[in-house]
Amino acid sequence: METSLDNTVVTRSEPSLRVITSNATQKNVKTAGREKRSHRQIRTESVFRRSLVIVSLCMVVLVLGILITLIVQSVPSLKALGVGYLWGKTWDPVRDIYGALPFLLGTLLTSFLALLISVPFSFAVAIFLGEYYPKGWMPDLLKNAVELIAAVPSVIYGFWGLAVMVPMVQKLETVIHVPPVGYGIFTSSLILAIMIIPYSASLGRSMIQMVPSSLKEAAYSLGATRWEVIRSVIIPYTRSGLFAGVLLSLGRALGETMAVTMVIGNTTSMPQNIFSTGNTMASVIANELGEADKHVYNAALIELGLVLFFVTVVINIIGKKIITKFSN
Amino acid sequence: MSTRIKYRIGKSTAFQALTVVLSASCVIPLLAILFYIIKAGITKINWSFITNVEKPVGEMGGGVAHALLGSIIIILMAALIAVPIGIMVGIYLGENKTSKLAYWSRLSVDILQGVPSIVIGIVAYIWMVKPFGYSAISGSIALSIMMLPIVVRSTEETLKLLPDSLREAAYALGMPFHRVILKVIVPCGISGILSGVMLSVARIAGETAPLLFTAFGCQFLSADIRKPMETLPHVVFKYAISPYNEWKELAWGASLILLLWVLLLNIITKVITRKWKVQL
Repeated sequence: METSLDNTVVTRSEPSLRVITSNATQKNVKTAGREKRSHRQIRTESVFRRSLVIVSLCMVVLVLGILITLIVQSVPSLKALGVGYLWGKTWDPVRDIYGALPFLLGTLLTSFLALLISVPFSFAVAIFLGEYYPKGWMPDLLKNAVELIAAVPSVIYGFWGLAVMVPMVQKLETVIHVPPVGYGIFTSSLILAIMIIPYSASLGRSMIQMVPSSLKEAAYSLGATRWEVIRSVIIPYTRSGLFAGVLLSLGRALGETMAVTMVIGNTTSMPQNIFSTGNTMASVIANELGEADKHVYNAALIELGLVLFFVTVVINIIGKKIITKFSN
Repeated sequence: MSTRIKYRIGKSTAFQALTVVLSASCVIPLLAILFYIIKAGITKINWSFITNVEKPVGEMGGGVAHALLGSIIIILMAALIAVPIGIMVGIYLGENKTSKLAYWSRLSVDILQGVPSIVIGIVAYIWMVKPFGYSAISGSIALSIMMLPIVVRSTEETLKLLPDSLREAAYALGMPFHRVILKVIVPCGISGILSGVMLSVARIAGETAPLLFTAFGCQFLSADIRKPMETLPHVVFKYAISPYNEWKELAWGASLILLLWVLLLNIITKVITRKWKVQL
């Protein structure tokens, strides 16, 4: 900028040189424009960089905000009910008694039962796609189908469960002589089991594909059969990865709301066995938060959300940590 | 062959057969759901079903026009909020791999990805509904929080895959940072970013839980984002648990539309990723 200013001064003071310098002036004007532009560019660049930083900071603030909001909003219930809230057995908003144990138990029962049912299937899919048939149109079809299982909205699982699963479970219950309600923890676990298959299956598949072929070939050359290779090479090698997949599935199952709400029966008493009706943390929030007008009632439900938040976050972070460790 | 070897081979084959059977049976529920929903829903769908709004119980010919409109508005608004933010965070994470802020914001994204949708619903309820009442915009905010991690992740992963030489070439020509990003890096990775956006839309299109106490639902055709709005997943839920048979019938039609729309989004994403060979 300064040089160009000097130049113009010079050209002005020596008119005789105008013809020769006019060319130079044009050039100088050009450089001036270019420099102005590059100044603008530099400013835009720093604004751009800064806005990237700010937006990324917003992500952190968002998560902290969620956490703080949940904590602050559940303070009334923490104050009024204390820690005993978590193992109180009765939930009766009318009499202002809030105990979350039935829902904790309901959540744990449905989730672990679902895990128990789904793990053989998801591991089978993982081994099928990762080891036996990694290529071809049939495995491709299976892979896409399993991914579609994750894509179907949970409200549709719930509706289908209501129309198809509930009558089926009712029949089963008459056969084994328990009250044939149809709704309940067992039905929800069945639906959940279907819904969480894709999470551990797809992760398990990619883990199994990462097993170095030299290891497998070494085992084969020692005369191992396919099953022996899977049992003593592939599964030990991928153990932590498979475990991470199960954890992610569990995280899903714990927080699943709609499908469970529609088939679990929504009763607030303690579940007696796996066929009794119940409620999970997520389903009780879905059912009652909209109409929870009392201060403590509202806060008690939000505290359930806080518990759910903590549990799922811890489970997910552990799972993610295992995966990154494994992938490196 | 000795019996021992025969036994081992037999065991191996048996396990393989078991794997095949178990894997194949995973597809059965999916097929059952698709078949059942299509069978029950196809007869309900006709022109009046798509163009009419909810009618009181007992009156024939109710439809889901209000829910379709509401779903589209709420999803578009959610995308409008989440996509720019998500892409920016993704760019930051892709360009600054080791900074402290990158670590924390990556952790935040991971946390956000694991948060159950109902908890996000609660938070949107506290932030938006408690002060301002039920509104469509609060539902969009809840859904946009759910979209964010997917958009961020796919953007970050895509940018990481681009070769450094691309960046270096652009810098060597004297391009400033923002132009390198906006004119070189983002256009090169646009396929990955787009499929991430599509995937995130597909993921939230069927979400009901965060909308239960944010967008809430409404019986009329409404485009006012400050008022409650009906959405397709919520209408399925509302009709499905209602005691009236006519409403249950409507629910089948609504679920078929919802299912087709979600599957379509997923298939489009698949096609994009396959065509452009994106890894998500």
